[in-house]
Amino acid sequence: MIVETGHYALALALAVTLLQSVLPIWGTRRGDLGLASMAMPAAITQFALVAYAFAALTYAHVVSDFSLVTVVENSLTTKPLVYKIAGVWGNHEGSMLLWVLILAIFGAAVASFGRGMADELRANTLAVQGWIAFAFLLFILLTSDPFARRFPAPFEGQDLNPLLQDPGLAIHPPLLYLGYVGFSIVFSFAAAALISGRVDAAWARYIRPWALIAWSFLTLGIAMGSYWAYYTLGWGGFWFWDPVENASLMPWLAGTALLHSAAVMEKRDALKIWTIFLAILTFSLSLLGTFLVRSGVLTSVHSFASDPSRGLFILAILILFIGGSLVLYAWRAPALRPGGLFAPVSREGALVINNLMLTICCAIVLTGTLYPLVLETLTGDKISVGAPFFNLTFGPLVIPILLLMPIGQSLAWKRGDFLGAAQRVMVAAVAGVALSLVLAAAQRGGPVLAPIGVGLAVYLILGSSSELVSRIWGKGQAWRTTLARATGLPRSAWGTAIAHAGLGVTLLGLAATGWGVERIAAVKPGQTVDLGPYQVTIVKLEERQGPNYSEIGVRAIISQDGSTVTTIEPAKRTFPVRQTTITEAGIVTLGFGQVYISLGDQHPGGSIDARMFWKPLVTTIWIGAIVMAIGGIVSLSDRRLRIGFARRAIHGRLSGDPVAPQPAE
Amino acid sequence: MTALRRFFVLLVLFAGLAPGLASAVQPDEILADSKLEARAREISVGLRCLVCQNQSIDDSNAELARDLRLLVRERLKAGDSDAQVRDFLVRRYGNFILLKPPFDWETALLWGTPALLFAAGAIPLLLGLRRRRQSPPPDPLSQAECDRLASVLNADIPSE
Repeated sequence: MIVETGHYALALALAVTLLQSVLPIWGTRRGDLGLASMAMPAAITQFALVAYAFAALTYAHVVSDFSLVTVVENSLTTKPLVYKIAGVWGNHEGSMLLWVLILAIFGAAVASFGRGMADELRANTLAVQGWIAFAFLLFILLTSDPFARRFPAPFEGQDLNPLLQDPGLAIHPPLLYLGYVGFSIVFSFAAAALISGRVDAAWARYIRPWALIAWSFLTLGIAMGSYWAYYTLGWGGFWFWDPVENASLMPWLAGTALLHSAAVMEKRDALKIWTIFLAILTFSLSLLGTFLVRSGVLTSVHSFASDPSRGLFILAILILFIGGSLVLYAWRAPALRPGGLFAPVSREGALVINNLMLTICCAIVLTGTLYPLVLETLTGDKISVGAPFFNLTFGPLVIPILLLMPIGQSLAWKRGDFLGAAQRVMVAAVAGVALSLVLAAAQRGGPVLAPIGVGLAVYLILGSSSELVSRIWGKGQAWRTTLARATGLPRSAWGTAIAHAGLGVTLLGLAATGWGVERIAAVKPGQTVDLGPYQVTIVKLEERQGPNYSEIGVRAIISQDGSTVTTIEPAKRTFPVRQTTITEAGIVTLGFGQVYISLGDQHPGGSIDARMFWKPLVTTIWIGAIVMAIGGIVSLSDRRLRIGFARRAIHGRLSGDPVAPQPAE
Repeated sequence: MTALRRFFVLLVLFAGLAPGLASAVQPDEILADSKLEARAREISVGLRCLVCQNQSIDDSNAELARDLRLLVRERLKAGDSDAQVRDFLVRRYGNFILLKPPFDWETALLWGTPALLFAAGAIPLLLGLRRRRQSPPPDPLSQAECDRLASVLNADIPSE
């Protein structure tokens, strides 16, 4: 019964989105604000209905209702509860429902917290959000029904793909979708601005909190996905330039460019047309990512052709929204007047270069991802575009961005002084170069890029704070004044410095991979293997039984200079229901580095193949991403950005919406 | 969904291979000559496992990847140069096996994209810069416009 009502709620939500799509536009056209303001209750009702449908599906998974096809295919009565819940979005149908739920969350959040916004802009934004929701709800109901029944219902399900039975599944997709889909609201703002033909600095201020929320979540989502792949897949890689990873990297790059150009627009009323374009581009890339991942086109052009119903539907949505918004853009954008002049050497100038480089980086990822598909479709020739291509083309473009970042941050708005800015980052630059030279001299004949990368990382970390230091610090100044100046700085300045430093921290981890150590050997109990600064001694090899799997585990002691540091327990699990074996890598964090061991084949003599790594500073790759997201949240807490949120504090807390994203105070 | 797709593909592979799961480079494949082995690893990183999705044979668990790794090592032991090994594999499997596509007429656009876009972005910027230098600065905002801007921008700040 609950399942039926969930299905019905989804159909009802479709009807509500239809109202949400039409009424606001009609109302604003006729100048009837009462009609236009229907957008707000519609968005909130749509959210409530989709949330109910999602809850109903979750309920079916939790109670193992095997009359539902998605539950049969992805669940098992004995599966742990957390994976029963996470299993809701561990399949195509459920993950699309999560996608729409997050879309609805953002729509409802704008409806609830956007009171400070111009009424017309808010109504039109929600209308566009309604169009997107309508398209995807229709997609779900017609091609990917999560509530499809199966008769007769079997007694037991087929279990969830073991690779997905991981805490990563509980965290990664929701985070990634909050980022991915969060940019929909920025897209809707852009389309609404084009519809009404009015874009000003206030518009840029409205979108910034939403763009910051989406960007922070996307950063965390990508990092989480990367760490998940790192510890699950068992060969210690953390980024593969896989098309699916690229699909999430593209909106991130475009979104990062958007945050920066929106800052220019807000402060200086410049780059308006470009900012609108980036807002459209970012979400278009999210849609493209959804298409690439959900249509099966990546696995093979042919598998897409053999079952095209879903793929063609998303392709149609893609063409409609990207094409439609670009047509709207081409029609309306020329009417927007460019404003805000600035000298080439200025904060704005630096941000224009940042935008140029980030957009090219994004375009490289896009061409590299789609080129093989297009070439195969056109000529039938198959080529591969993998990591070596991206490292060669993407790498050289990122380095100038990194070099310019601290300098640009130190430049003044409108008209900057390059030499002055360069002077301010001089300390950081000298520290970075000195460290590179010391490391290079110390290692003698080791990897070339590692010391350079570490130097660059240190330059970034120190350089991103140099602007703050110069604004806070004064010669002979009392510490009280310093503290007052520090707390008086806008939060967005702190956020910028933190996020930029976070990128430096990530780079530190990437650079240090050059010093990694790898050992591949067949090992048996009693054996000791040297691994970088540590020794690994295998203690025992045993078979164990888990709730829905059996495993072969190794217990090993990690020691340094004869004294035990810790133990590590890699394993290899076999899931009988799915006839699948996966490696559970043993990972131990020591300082910022990790010892990583994954197991391979077992041999008759009592030995087992093991791949062992020492990865110095590897955790800083993900710590840096967390720092970047913290920077985003700190910037979000800037009082000037809190258009809707500040209003809410004044108007009382009657309409507190528990699921809407809250800014960190 | 970063890694999900990869997992689904791996699932298919694993299902075909289970339960005899092989890990990527296995101990018995490693050559005694460490210089030759290092070259083999470097070549492997650039070769695609043909039955996997965008994975190098150095990373892949598939049986085919193992066969290819052994093949690379055999050719190296027989005295082939790195280029000869790659050419040999391209003759057998086509350009599909190279993770870094060769530069030819089919991939010219792919390799040219960064340069083309850089030109497409930088040239208008430079032209705009020159035009801007030559044009006079615009009129400042009128008082009425300033007031309106201030009222819009400060609408959210509670009076303190």
